[in-house]
Amino acid sequence: MTNREIILGRIREALKVSAPHPVFHTGATEQPLFTAAPQKWLPPVGQTPGEQIDLFRQNAEALKAEFRACANMNEALQHVKKLAAVGGWKKIGRHRGELTDAVVRELGLVEVQTDHGYAVDDLESCDAGLTECEALVAQTGSVMVSAPSAGGRALSVLPPHHVVLARRNQLVSDLGAALQRVQEKFKDKFPSFMSFISGPSRTGDIERILVLGAHGPKKLTILLLP
Amino acid sequence: MNVYAKEFNESARRYTADLHHRDLIHKALSGYYAKRDEFKNRFQSWSGARDLAAEIKWEAINHLDRYLDEFVSKLEARGTKVFWAPDAQAARDYIVGVARQHQVRAVIKSKSMTAEEIHLNDALEKAGFEIAESDLGEYIVQLREEPPYHLVFPAMHLTRQQISDLFHDKLGSEPTNNPEDLTMVARRVMRRKYCKAEMGISGANFAIAETGMISITENEGNARLTTSLPKIHVALVGIEKVLPRLSDLALFLPMLATAGAGQSITCYNTLYGGPRQPGEPDGPEEFHVVLLDNRRTELLADAEQRDALHCIRCGACLNVCPIFKNVGGHSYGTTYQGPIGSVITPHLRGLQDWKHLSQASSLCGACTEACPVKINLHHHLLHNRRNAVRAHPTLLEKLIQFGFVRMMCHPALYQFAASVGRLAQPLQRWLGGTILDPVRAWAKTRSFPPLAKKSFRELWRERKAS
Repeated sequence: MTNREIILGRIREALKVSAPHPVFHTGATEQPLFTAAPQKWLPPVGQTPGEQIDLFRQNAEALKAEFRACANMNEALQHVKKLAAVGGWKKIGRHRGELTDAVVRELGLVEVQTDHGYAVDDLESCDAGLTECEALVAQTGSVMVSAPSAGGRALSVLPPHHVVLARRNQLVSDLGAALQRVQEKFKDKFPSFMSFISGPSRTGDIERILVLGAHGPKKLTILLLP
Repeated sequence: MNVYAKEFNESARRYTADLHHRDLIHKALSGYYAKRDEFKNRFQSWSGARDLAAEIKWEAINHLDRYLDEFVSKLEARGTKVFWAPDAQAARDYIVGVARQHQVRAVIKSKSMTAEEIHLNDALEKAGFEIAESDLGEYIVQLREEPPYHLVFPAMHLTRQQISDLFHDKLGSEPTNNPEDLTMVARRVMRRKYCKAEMGISGANFAIAETGMISITENEGNARLTTSLPKIHVALVGIEKVLPRLSDLALFLPMLATAGAGQSITCYNTLYGGPRQPGEPDGPEEFHVVLLDNRRTELLADAEQRDALHCIRCGACLNVCPIFKNVGGHSYGTTYQGPIGSVITPHLRGLQDWKHLSQASSLCGACTEACPVKINLHHHLLHNRRNAVRAHPTLLEKLIQFGFVRMMCHPALYQFAASVGRLAQPLQRWLGGTILDPVRAWAKTRSFPPLAKKSFRELWRERKAS
């Protein structure tokens, strides 16, 4: 017998005795309700796109991320230039993309492009990582990234400042909507990596006191474009 | 009394008298309570969300064979190597084997209680591998060579001063009282380790059957680095981690964050569905998922306590437990501390050796109320007590039970016993604390109140007569 058969055999043997079904929801009959959509119990999300942008801003800022809704690409570019000047950036990590290309062209910094592989030490010594994303989640203030949308796994976590460029139509109401979006987009061909990023890296492991920049970025900037 | 019970009692007695420890834990948890309540209240209905979470986990656990099969076939379809480990030894051997096969030297690890459960670090070190815990709290307790104090906050029992001294001794860093500076010391050390490690080991918070992915929840980014840079990623996953659908995360991620750490959402919630795929710039060449049984199926076979496998290891039950807060995490002597540990450890390591943990409870029910997936924790402690006695009744307990039942069923006997108690109580002044004192254990830290001169029945009779 293989290990797989041993374990599945133990499970099937154990499940011969059934456990009572927890019918918690009033009105539930034989039909289990585990397929119910959780939206009506989760924190509320706004109705209009405007409300959802406000909610995203509130949540992202509460998580100590910087958020800016830009009127156009030029405004976003000026903001990244300012960040680069203030942070004294010399080298920037990024991937190829419509938005990242437009911003980086004007920055005039040394670049590490991750698209076709990179040296780890090279990326580690970058002052910032510039990426696009899959979605922004209003309910939690999270940025959803994936390997194809954010230049792989490390670009959005290794450099000390992560800058995200997103389009307005990437804003979704909640985590469920973001997951649904990637399911529809990738069907069964999922990337090997997807992540919800909610604020800069943090820890509370010393006396439960919040410190930003534990192992990942100390700063997270999210720029929303029309 | 067995050795585990003796150790528990000794340690519990020491910690309970340690007011500094109590103060530290209360201070650390007070911020958590406030934040947890704030974010719970943002839910339109926390109790509705708990009901749904419990139903989803019920569905997953009670159809575990089907969902595991689906999970594994989806993972394998994209090049993940899945190993089914019936016990801890098999899991350790497999992981050590992978490390040997690839001639790995340095291993980096992100936080995993399942790895603690199978003592993975010991096995890797004995096999000659250098292993570094990358989570800050885990790194601190690794340097101190002690187990995690709490399954979510491993170094909760230490002050910044102690951590500064530790880093100074072991890493040669400048002494500091600033938590940020201390965090940066660990950050610098770990950065070098991420870049040179050939193998990364992680746990998993959820295993998604529908899409064949594991989900890892963390705040620091250490798990993301552990799973991005090394060329091999091994994830150790308990078979009970399964969720049926990807969309279930929309409920479980915020609930885990709120119940576990008093956050609206944890900083990184990451899904891994395979090794680096064609066209992707980075990620491991090999991704191994080790599915661990290690007596979880024995707990599964106990239909009465099966819901203990719903546990998402958030630690909420520890944070509200009056016993945990007084005896501290290390007293338990188990991988999983607090109420959930007291419930499942007897199943994982043997009921007779660990039955004393069922007594480490005031049965107040705070744990059951705090549990986001509605595990009937304090009733399971009673079930374990009952099962332990049923399997190995002790003569003394049998006698006491026999006497108690007789007394409670016969009013005359009850009255007689009460009057004997009243007459005998003055003797306690001389006999107190000696072997002849039946309440000596209870009275050690409390004064025994004098029994009333007249019993309720006597008062009632007088009142009716007048």
